[in-house]
Amino acid sequence: MKSAVVLLPGLNRDRDMIAALTKISGQAPATVWQTDTEIPDVDLIAIPGGFSFGDYLRCGAIAARMPVMRAVAEKAAKGVMVIGVCNGFQILVEAGLLPGALMRNASLKFVCREVKLQIANANTMFTRRYQPGQIIRTPVAHHDGNYFADADTLARLEGEGQVVFRYAEGTNPNGSINDIAGIISEKGNVLGLMPHPENLIEAAHGGSDGRALFEGALGIAA
Amino acid sequence: MIKARITVTLKNGVLDPQGKAIEHALSGLGFGGVGQVRQGKVFDLELAETDKVKAEADLKAMCDKLLANTVIENYAVEIA
Repeated sequence: MKSAVVLLPGLNRDRDMIAALTKISGQAPATVWQTDTEIPDVDLIAIPGGFSFGDYLRCGAIAARMPVMRAVAEKAAKGVMVIGVCNGFQILVEAGLLPGALMRNASLKFVCREVKLQIANANTMFTRRYQPGQIIRTPVAHHDGNYFADADTLARLEGEGQVVFRYAEGTNPNGSINDIAGIISEKGNVLGLMPHPENLIEAAHGGSDGRALFEGALGIAA
Repeated sequence: MIKARITVTLKNGVLDPQGKAIEHALSGLGFGGVGQVRQGKVFDLELAETDKVKAEADLKAMCDKLLANTVIENYAVEIA
Protein backbone atom coordinates (compact mmCIF):
# COMPACT_ATOMS: atom_id res chain seq x y z
CA MET A 1 0.00 0.00 0.00
CA LYS A 2 1.36 3.40 -0.99
CA SER A 3 1.04 6.65 0.87
CA ALA A 4 1.73 10.36 0.40
CA VAL A 5 2.37 13.15 2.88
CA VAL A 6 1.23 16.73 2.23
CA LEU A 7 3.86 19.38 3.02
CA LEU A 8 2.97 22.98 3.83
CA PRO A 9 5.07 25.79 5.29
CA GLY A 10 4.79 25.81 9.07
CA LEU A 11 4.01 22.14 9.57
CA ASN A 12 6.42 20.55 12.05
CA ARG A 13 5.19 16.97 12.46
CA ASP A 14 5.85 16.04 8.84
CA ARG A 15 9.05 14.14 9.60
CA ASP A 16 7.29 12.16 12.34
CA MET A 17 4.52 11.22 9.90
CA ILE A 18 7.00 10.24 7.18
CA ALA A 19 9.00 8.15 9.70
CA ALA A 20 5.86 6.39 10.96
CA LEU A 21 4.57 5.58 7.47
CA THR A 22 8.02 4.41 6.35
CA LYS A 23 8.52 2.15 9.37
CA ILE A 24 5.03 0.67 9.26
CA SER A 25 4.57 0.24 5.49
CA GLY A 26 8.20 -0.54 4.67
CA GLN A 27 8.37 2.16 2.01
CA ALA A 28 8.82 5.90 2.18
CA PRO A 29 5.70 7.92 1.38
CA ALA A 30 5.66 10.28 -1.59
CA THR A 31 5.67 13.94 -0.57
CA VAL A 32 3.53 16.64 -2.19
CA TRP A 33 4.12 20.37 -1.82
CA GLN A 34 1.43 23.00 -1.25
CA THR A 35 1.50 24.20 -4.87
CA ASP A 36 1.28 20.71 -6.41
CA THR A 37 -1.95 20.19 -8.30
CA GLU A 38 -1.59 16.45 -8.66
CA ILE A 39 -1.05 13.70 -6.12
CA PRO A 40 0.50 10.40 -7.19
CA ASP A 41 -1.56 7.23 -7.20
CA VAL A 42 -1.61 6.27 -3.51
CA ASP A 43 -3.96 4.51 -1.08
CA LEU A 44 -3.49 6.92 1.83
CA ILE A 45 -2.82 10.67 1.98
CA ALA A 46 -1.63 12.06 5.33
CA ILE A 47 -1.77 15.71 6.38
CA PRO A 48 0.56 16.12 9.36
CA GLY A 49 0.42 18.47 12.33
CA GLY A 50 2.08 21.79 12.99
CA PHE A 51 1.23 25.41 12.47
CA SER A 52 0.69 25.86 8.74
CA PHE A 53 0.98 29.52 7.72
CA GLY A 54 1.57 30.45 11.35
CA ASP A 55 -2.09 29.71 12.21
CA TYR A 56 -2.88 33.13 10.66
CA LEU A 57 -6.56 34.02 10.26
CA ARG A 58 -7.75 30.67 11.69
CA CYS A 59 -5.85 27.41 12.20
CA GLY A 60 -5.66 25.63 8.85
CA ALA A 61 -7.62 28.33 6.99
CA ILE A 62 -4.88 29.38 4.56
CA ALA A 63 -3.56 25.85 4.03
CA ALA A 64 -7.07 24.62 3.20
CA ARG A 65 -7.18 27.01 0.25
CA MET A 66 -3.84 26.01 -1.31
CA PRO A 67 -3.83 24.17 -4.67
CA VAL A 68 -2.72 20.86 -3.12
CA MET A 69 -5.93 20.72 -1.09
CA ARG A 70 -8.03 20.76 -4.27
CA ALA A 71 -6.04 17.71 -5.35
CA VAL A 72 -6.66 16.09 -1.93
CA ALA A 73 -10.41 16.79 -2.29
CA GLU A 74 -10.43 15.16 -5.75
CA LYS A 75 -8.67 12.06 -4.40
CA ALA A 76 -11.01 11.92 -1.40
CA ALA A 77 -14.02 12.09 -3.72
CA LYS A 78 -12.62 9.04 -5.53
CA GLY A 79 -12.45 7.14 -2.22
CA VAL A 80 -8.73 7.47 -1.45
CA MET A 81 -8.13 7.39 2.32
CA VAL A 82 -7.11 10.71 3.87
CA ILE A 83 -5.91 11.21 7.45
CA GLY A 84 -5.40 14.65 9.02
CA VAL A 85 -3.67 14.82 12.39
CA CYS A 86 -3.84 17.93 14.61
CA ASN A 87 -3.26 20.85 12.21
CA GLY A 88 -4.11 18.33 9.47
CA PHE A 89 -7.55 17.86 11.11
CA GLN A 90 -7.98 21.64 11.29
CA ILE A 91 -7.09 21.88 7.58
CA LEU A 92 -9.64 19.17 6.68
CA VAL A 93 -12.49 20.98 8.47
CA GLU A 94 -11.47 24.33 6.96
CA ALA A 95 -11.41 22.67 3.52
CA GLY A 96 -14.94 21.37 4.10
CA LEU A 97 -13.82 17.73 3.82
CA LEU A 98 -15.06 17.16 7.37
CA PRO A 99 -17.92 18.97 9.14
CA GLY A 100 -17.68 21.29 12.15
CA ALA A 101 -14.90 23.54 13.39
CA LEU A 102 -11.95 23.41 15.79
CA MET A 103 -11.89 26.29 18.22
CA ARG A 104 -9.52 27.65 20.88
CA ASN A 105 -9.13 25.24 23.84
CA ALA A 106 -11.64 26.03 26.58
CA SER A 107 -8.73 26.48 29.01
CA LEU A 108 -7.14 28.99 26.58
CA LYS A 109 -3.89 27.09 27.18
CA PHE A 110 -1.74 25.12 24.78
CA VAL A 111 -1.95 21.49 25.94
CA CYS A 112 0.93 19.07 25.50
CA ARG A 113 0.28 15.83 27.35
CA GLU A 114 -0.89 12.25 27.05
CA VAL A 115 -4.62 11.51 26.92
CA LYS A 116 -6.76 8.39 27.00
CA LEU A 117 -8.63 7.78 23.79
CA GLN A 118 -11.66 5.54 23.39
CA ILE A 119 -12.31 3.85 20.06
CA ALA A 120 -15.90 5.02 19.57
CA ASN A 121 -16.21 3.26 16.20
CA ALA A 122 -13.97 0.27 15.45
CA ASN A 123 -15.75 -0.38 12.16
CA THR A 124 -13.67 1.95 9.96
CA MET A 125 -10.65 1.39 7.71
CA PHE A 126 -8.58 3.28 10.27
CA THR A 127 -9.77 1.62 13.47
CA ARG A 128 -10.48 -1.96 12.38
CA ARG A 129 -7.42 -3.26 14.25
CA TYR A 130 -8.77 -1.96 17.57
CA GLN A 131 -11.55 -3.41 19.70
CA PRO A 132 -14.83 -1.46 19.99
CA GLY A 133 -14.63 0.70 23.10
CA GLN A 134 -10.91 -0.03 23.57
CA ILE A 135 -9.01 2.69 25.39
CA ILE A 136 -5.57 3.61 24.08
CA ARG A 137 -2.95 6.21 25.00
CA THR A 138 -1.91 9.02 22.64
CA PRO A 139 -0.11 12.34 22.99
CA VAL A 140 -1.85 15.63 22.18
CA ALA A 141 -0.18 19.00 21.53
CA HIS A 142 -2.47 21.80 20.41
CA HIS A 143 -4.03 25.17 21.20
CA ASP A 144 -7.17 24.81 19.08
CA GLY A 145 -8.68 21.36 19.45
CA ASN A 146 -12.05 22.29 20.86
CA TYR A 147 -14.37 20.54 18.38
CA PHE A 148 -17.65 22.28 17.69
CA ALA A 149 -20.56 21.48 15.40
CA ASP A 150 -24.15 22.73 15.35
CA ALA A 151 -26.83 20.50 16.93
CA ASP A 152 -28.01 18.98 13.62
CA THR A 153 -24.48 18.13 12.47
CA LEU A 154 -23.63 16.70 15.87
CA ALA A 155 -26.75 14.51 15.89
CA ARG A 156 -25.86 13.23 12.43
CA LEU A 157 -22.23 12.50 13.41
CA GLU A 158 -23.32 10.63 16.53
CA GLY A 159 -26.16 8.81 14.75
CA GLU A 160 -24.03 7.62 11.83
CA GLY A 161 -21.05 6.48 13.90
CA GLN A 162 -18.86 9.24 12.48
CA VAL A 163 -17.38 9.99 15.90
CA VAL A 164 -14.39 7.64 15.81
CA PHE A 165 -12.30 8.75 18.80
CA ARG A 166 -13.42 10.20 22.13
CA TYR A 167 -11.31 11.50 25.01
CA ALA A 168 -11.86 9.00 27.83
CA GLU A 169 -11.69 8.88 31.61
CA GLY A 170 -11.91 12.63 32.12
CA THR A 171 -8.87 13.41 29.94
CA ASN A 172 -10.66 15.82 27.53
CA PRO A 173 -7.88 18.43 27.18
CA ASN A 174 -9.76 21.14 25.27
CA GLY A 175 -13.47 21.25 26.10
CA SER A 176 -14.42 19.49 22.87
CA ILE A 177 -18.17 18.86 22.55
CA ASN A 178 -19.18 15.26 23.49
CA ASP A 179 -15.44 14.61 24.19
CA ILE A 180 -14.90 14.30 20.43
CA ALA A 181 -11.24 13.73 19.50
CA GLY A 182 -11.67 12.45 15.95
CA ILE A 183 -14.35 12.15 13.26
CA ILE A 184 -14.71 10.43 9.91
CA SER A 185 -16.47 11.46 6.72
CA GLU A 186 -19.84 10.04 5.73
CA LYS A 187 -18.17 7.79 3.15
CA GLY A 188 -15.68 6.58 5.75
CA ASN A 189 -12.46 7.47 3.92
CA VAL A 190 -11.51 10.86 5.43
CA LEU A 191 -10.43 10.86 9.10
CA GLY A 192 -9.41 13.81 11.22
CA LEU A 193 -8.15 13.64 14.81
CA MET A 194 -6.35 15.96 17.21
CA PRO A 195 -4.12 13.36 18.98
CA HIS A 196 -0.88 12.14 17.40
CA PRO A 197 -0.97 8.36 16.75
CA GLU A 198 2.23 8.72 14.66
CA ASN A 199 4.10 9.58 17.85
CA LEU A 200 3.32 6.29 19.60
CA ILE A 201 4.28 3.53 17.19
CA GLU A 202 7.29 1.77 18.76
CA ALA A 203 8.91 0.91 22.09
CA ALA A 204 11.26 3.89 21.83
CA HIS A 205 8.18 6.15 21.96
CA GLY A 206 7.14 4.53 25.23
CA GLY A 207 4.37 2.54 23.60
CA SER A 208 2.86 1.56 20.27
CA ASP A 209 -0.86 2.26 20.77
CA GLY A 210 -1.01 4.37 17.59
CA ARG A 211 0.53 1.76 15.32
CA ALA A 212 -2.67 -0.22 14.69
CA LEU A 213 -4.30 2.83 13.11
CA PHE A 214 -1.74 2.90 10.29
CA GLU A 215 -1.65 -0.90 10.03
CA GLY A 216 -5.42 -0.90 9.61
CA ALA A 217 -5.44 1.89 7.04
CA LEU A 218 -2.54 0.41 5.07
CA GLY A 219 -3.85 -3.16 5.36
CA ILE A 220 -0.66 -4.41 6.97
CA ALA A 221 -0.61 -7.45 9.26
CA ALA A 222 0.21 -6.58 12.86
CA MET B 1 -11.07 53.07 -4.92
CA ILE B 2 -13.48 51.70 -2.36
CA LYS B 3 -12.61 51.25 1.31
CA ALA B 4 -14.49 48.58 3.17
CA ARG B 5 -14.64 47.13 6.64
CA ILE B 6 -15.59 43.54 7.32
CA THR B 7 -16.56 42.52 10.84
CA VAL B 8 -16.51 38.84 11.73
CA THR B 9 -18.25 37.72 14.90
CA LEU B 10 -18.98 34.36 16.50
CA LYS B 11 -22.49 33.01 16.00
CA ASN B 12 -24.81 32.88 18.99
CA GLY B 13 -24.44 29.65 20.92
CA VAL B 14 -20.80 29.16 19.92
CA LEU B 15 -18.60 29.05 23.01
CA ASP B 16 -16.07 31.90 23.11
CA PRO B 17 -13.40 31.09 25.70
CA GLN B 18 -11.41 34.22 24.79
CA GLY B 19 -14.45 36.45 25.31
CA LYS B 20 -15.02 34.75 28.67
CA ALA B 21 -11.41 35.42 29.73
CA ILE B 22 -11.74 39.09 28.73
CA GLU B 23 -15.03 39.29 30.67
CA HIS B 24 -13.26 37.99 33.81
CA ALA B 25 -10.31 40.36 33.30
CA LEU B 26 -12.66 43.34 33.04
CA SER B 27 -14.42 42.46 36.26
CA GLY B 28 -10.96 41.97 37.84
CA LEU B 29 -10.13 45.55 36.86
CA GLY B 30 -13.18 46.73 38.77
CA PHE B 31 -15.53 47.27 35.84
CA GLY B 32 -18.77 46.11 37.38
CA GLY B 33 -21.89 45.28 35.42
CA VAL B 34 -20.14 43.95 32.32
CA GLY B 35 -22.36 41.23 30.87
CA GLN B 36 -21.30 38.85 28.16
CA VAL B 37 -18.15 39.70 26.14
CA ARG B 38 -17.72 38.22 22.66
CA GLN B 39 -14.49 38.65 20.71
CA GLY B 40 -14.46 39.16 16.92
CA LYS B 41 -12.23 40.28 14.06
CA VAL B 42 -12.13 43.40 11.87
CA PHE B 43 -10.65 43.53 8.34
CA ASP B 44 -10.08 46.84 6.53
CA LEU B 45 -9.78 46.40 2.78
CA GLU B 46 -9.03 48.69 -0.14
CA LEU B 47 -10.55 47.67 -3.46
CA ALA B 48 -9.71 48.95 -6.94
CA GLU B 49 -13.36 48.39 -7.84
CA THR B 50 -15.45 51.59 -8.07
CA ASP B 51 -18.91 50.10 -8.42
CA LYS B 52 -20.29 49.69 -4.88
CA VAL B 53 -22.76 46.97 -5.80
CA LYS B 54 -20.04 44.88 -7.44
CA ALA B 55 -17.66 45.59 -4.56
CA GLU B 56 -20.22 44.39 -2.04
CA ALA B 57 -20.76 41.16 -3.95
CA ASP B 58 -16.98 40.62 -4.11
CA LEU B 59 -16.57 41.30 -0.39
CA LYS B 60 -19.31 38.81 0.48
CA ALA B 61 -17.62 36.19 -1.69
CA MET B 62 -14.32 36.89 0.10
CA CYS B 63 -16.04 36.32 3.45
CA ASP B 64 -17.66 33.08 2.32
CA LYS B 65 -14.47 31.73 0.77
CA LEU B 66 -11.86 32.81 3.31
CA LEU B 67 -12.37 35.60 5.81
CA ALA B 68 -15.13 33.95 7.85
CA ASN B 69 -15.71 30.33 8.79
CA THR B 70 -19.48 30.28 8.35
CA VAL B 71 -19.76 27.13 10.47
CA ILE B 72 -19.07 29.25 13.54
CA GLU B 73 -18.94 32.89 12.40
CA ASN B 74 -21.21 35.62 10.98
CA TYR B 75 -19.91 38.56 8.97
CA ALA B 76 -21.01 42.09 8.15
CA VAL B 77 -19.76 44.15 5.18
CA GLU B 78 -19.60 47.91 5.46
CA ILE B 79 -18.54 50.17 2.56
CA ALA B 80 -17.18 53.62 3.46
